[in-house]
Amino acid sequence: MKADPRYDQIIAVLQSIAPEVDAKDLSGSEPLRRQVDLDSMDWLNFLIGLHGAFQVDIPESDYARLVTLDDVVNYLQQKTVQASTRSG
Amino acid sequence: MIDFTLPALGADMTQGKLLEWKVKPGDAVTRGQVVAVVDTSKAAVDVEIWQEGTVAQLLVRPGETVPVGTPMARLLVPGELPASRRRVSPAAKQRATALGIVVDEVSGTGPEGAVTLEDVERTAASAVPPVARAASPTGKVADMRAVIGAAMSRSKREIPHYYLGESIPMARAQAWLESFNAGRPLPERLLMALLPIKAVALALQKFPEFNGFYRNGTFEAGTGIHVGVAIALRQGGLVAPALHDVADKPLPTLMQELSDLVLRARNATLRSSELSDATVTVTNLGDQGVESVFGVIYPPQVALVGLGRVSLQPWVEGESVQALPVMRATLSADHRVSDGHRGGLLLSEVRERLQHPETL
Repeated sequence: MKADPRYDQIIAVLQSIAPEVDAKDLSGSEPLRRQVDLDSMDWLNFLIGLHGAFQVDIPESDYARLVTLDDVVNYLQQKTVQASTRSG
Repeated sequence: MIDFTLPALGADMTQGKLLEWKVKPGDAVTRGQVVAVVDTSKAAVDVEIWQEGTVAQLLVRPGETVPVGTPMARLLVPGELPASRRRVSPAAKQRATALGIVVDEVSGTGPEGAVTLEDVERTAASAVPPVARAASPTGKVADMRAVIGAAMSRSKREIPHYYLGESIPMARAQAWLESFNAGRPLPERLLMALLPIKAVALALQKFPEFNGFYRNGTFEAGTGIHVGVAIALRQGGLVAPALHDVADKPLPTLMQELSDLVLRARNATLRSSELSDATVTVTNLGDQGVESVFGVIYPPQVALVGLGRVSLQPWVEGESVQALPVMRATLSADHRVSDGHRGGLLLSEVRERLQHPETL
């Protein structure tokens, strides 16, 4: 996951909300909100940050799919690939 | 001539450290203008002034810690002329210009308060640059614990609390929120946490004895419904700044204000009015998975509404049992001002409001 070019950008968005986060301590497969102690306002701001950074829409019905950091990377991978196929 | 004194930015504040002046002698100030940044040991706060006038003299220097009520600046009220022109010796004036010092800020020790060359030199030597807003040094956390401890001890010592709880079905609110959010881009979506805050504010319109302050042996009803929202800080501790006039604002406006408030609470850039004028507090611990909250009232307020998580619960309607999303709301209230009967009615009004989310 860490090899994905999106990974660093996702961490940067996360750190804008939780500045104390150290990327080294994060596990890709554990629930992110439990690792970082994000409340629902933080989580919404995290998604707004991703929306801004990657220009993707994240419908509320997709929130349940975004639990771990790996989920987030996969989700954005799919979304951005879809977008570039459509536009290309 | 009037004094601008250091306001109490919350019941638990006894002193403050001036970090920075936002005005200088000669500046005109208007109601609500931020004039100084003060460190309250909980946060750096933008302090507003509530009088109009012109700044005549700054009495406290950045870096100084002074008790609440200390005059910090002198102001000329509109129409008032400076008492008399300060006398400044020509050498002092020249030196002040060279050093970039405003002569009006120098206290004079010469005849009739005239500013002398020595006065200018002394001021220059003791000038302190503005103190930076401290991000979150370790000492801050201990300070904040002490401050919270003092306020909560006072609450438990002085306020005869009573507690009530109510289970609120949330299916309608959830369905309404889902469809509201479905058509909207992320930045315009609402959080579930906002709906009960608005419902509480609307319910308080009918039960004003839960909204306001208990001071000097009597209850003063609040002039607006300003809901203090408990916000946990990442480095530990919490603040409960106010969302103003919640009952009168539409949900999207409140969402923007709440989001801004959380951001500024965490960056320590709250305004003095937000920290001192909440008339009631709402605390939501549902995000942490808590079922119900038994809150401690924040003096001089007289009530606190606690919200737990929304979870699927067995719910009996008629003779059948179904699984429904339910939230547990609690009320901690001050027995000097209200009784359980009225408290119970307040909570059922909150429940009713949440059954009609489209009217929030």
